[in-house]
Amino acid sequence: MVLVLVDHDHGQLDELSLQAVTYGRELAASTGEPLDALVVGADGRSVAGALGEHGVTTVHVAVHEGLTDYAPLAWARAASEVATRTGASVVLATGSPRGNEVLAHLGALTDLPVAADCVEVTPGSPTKVVRARWGGSLMEEANLHGSPALVSLVPHTIVADPGGSASGDVAEFTPTFSDADLLVIAKPAAAAEESSGVSLADAKVIISGGRGVGSAEGFAPLEELAELLGGTIGCSRVVTGNGWRPHTEQVGQTGTKVAPDLYIACGISGATQHIAGCRNAKTMIVINTDPEAAIMGYADYAIIGDIGKVLPAIIEETRKAKAG
Amino acid sequence: MDVLVCIKRVPLSGGKFTITEDGLDIETAKLGFTISPHEEVAVEEAVRIVEQHGGSVTVLTLGPAEAEEQIREQMAIGADRGILIETDSQEWDPQATATAIAEAITEDETDFDLVIMGNESADASGYQVGIRVAHKLGRPIVTGVKAMTVEADKATFERPVKTGRELYEVSLPAVVTVLDGLNIPRYPSVPGRIRAKKKPIERRNPERPESRLVKTRLEVPVTESKQAQVLGSGPEAAPAIVEIFKQIGVI
Ligand SMILES: Cc1cc2nc3c(=O)[nH]c(=O)nc-3n(C[C@H](O)[C@H](O)[C@H](O)COP(=O)(O)OP(=O)(O)OC[C@H]3O[C@@H](n4cnc5c(N)ncnc54)[C@H](O)[C@@H]3O)c2cc1C
Repeated sequence: MVLVLVDHDHGQLDELSLQAVTYGRELAASTGEPLDALVVGADGRSVAGALGEHGVTTVHVAVHEGLTDYAPLAWARAASEVATRTGASVVLATGSPRGNEVLAHLGALTDLPVAADCVEVTPGSPTKVVRARWGGSLMEEANLHGSPALVSLVPHTIVADPGGSASGDVAEFTPTFSDADLLVIAKPAAAAEESSGVSLADAKVIISGGRGVGSAEGFAPLEELAELLGGTIGCSRVVTGNGWRPHTEQVGQTGTKVAPDLYIACGISGATQHIAGCRNAKTMIVINTDPEAAIMGYADYAIIGDIGKVLPAIIEETRKAKAG
Repeated sequence: MDVLVCIKRVPLSGGKFTITEDGLDIETAKLGFTISPHEEVAVEEAVRIVEQHGGSVTVLTLGPAEAEEQIREQMAIGADRGILIETDSQEWDPQATATAIAEAITEDETDFDLVIMGNESADASGYQVGIRVAHKLGRPIVTGVKAMTVEADKATFERPVKTGRELYEVSLPAVVTVLDGLNIPRYPSVPGRIRAKKKPIERRNPERPESRLVKTRLEVPVTESKQAQVLGSGPEAAPAIVEIFKQIGVI
């Protein structure tokens, strides 16, 4: 049996979980096994219908009085119980912060190896995986020696697809917890500060600045162009490291991963760790004084020049074009 | 407050990675080495905690003998001592790494109040060593933390989530894994660099256990073979850019 660990927030299904379920369905079909899912928390009952539509035969719902908010170790304990009871051959989680966290706890509880951020899983002994390293700048083929195979799936490896209609029977159970399992529990804090405009991850247009912008004040023309194009500001780590912009605007391996229609990289060299965050931009334009900069190998268009001179000209032309 | 921070030496490449002939490693002959930003902020946070509460900062790494370089760099920031778990040239998988780290922590004469690690390593990105270490030490762990307050016997950790922030309150001793953006790390001072040279590093040489996650091949994704079309070399290229804005429908 293939067991998918489903993430939800108080009954609100995480869309990445449906991608994992879709992938899990393919795995289960390839090995001729049923597809089960685990949802932790009583308010997870409400997601069973959607899981059935995506091909889940049995939805295990862990219900416990101590489980209202997210508790990583308790979620893993419940997963361990179901995996053992059902004899799962593969346990699949989403390659999201929570998915990878619960899976790592499960690995620690069971002393089994874990392969995080996979783009391909071939069950067997050993299970063969292809997984992302360096935020996706490298791919690794690896053998995972352990059963069940504990794996997580890189977000957006696959499109969530219903069309696997199964019964989605709900099987409730009360997991056995020790006090320690419920020691670390999330208290939802006040929701995010009201941010103006679109979030970086969802932005359609990003004007991004690197060391070449030179200073915090140097971002003024980038902001002006962002305003004109209905976009938002991104930046490199050199910029956040200098305190020119907040870390919430950093694009890259240790920042935010973005996929805008247009990414304009101003004074950014194109280190692999920056590209790890913007390689999914549909169109990339580069403004850089250095024709040899690594970022030329990822971009569609480039202007070889000083942003201090090029940006004002682009702003002016854009104004003219918008005026009519 | 005695704080231990775990770091990892990794190659730093400006452009694309090149793979060695055997297909198993990154070609590092021409590369420098560094640690992940997650770990840079971890050390900075530890130094700030000790500046506030007194105590000590220890930096631990599992890696080749050359990883002394990364320990010394963090000593220049303010770490007091180092532990270097020396490995052969082979990669240790997450379970082996966690076992060796937990053993070093348990056998150390200092009882660490807080162990800080990066949320995931820069290179292998397995998202699990911190959690495995916490299990072996029997301590609570919070991961993916981007803000924290540490008091005498407890800590509050804040973690960003899609809907805002989650708070976790944990009593010490504990383990935490952190994210870039937690703080802005300071640059080492010249006196800091000089002091770093004399600080003690303890070396350990455990045997490498059998790997259970075994790398068989590394590959650079093939999708990346673009070359930008150059539209000009100054302001005169602006009209061409605006043409592109129109084509892709952003104006
Ligand atoms: C594990 C790890 C994770 C990392 N994560 C991230 C991450 O999430 N995001 C990130 O960005 N980095 C990350 N980094 C850092 C990364 O390796 C680079 O150091 C960083 O991206 C470089 O930033 P930059 O391009 O702004 O600066 P530089 O590399 O210094 O490039 C500056 C560029 O500006 C150009 N320039 C200078 N002046 C001008 C001018 N007047 N007009 C036009 N062009 C000009 C130069 O030609 C150069 O190409 C990470 C590093 C590691 C090791």
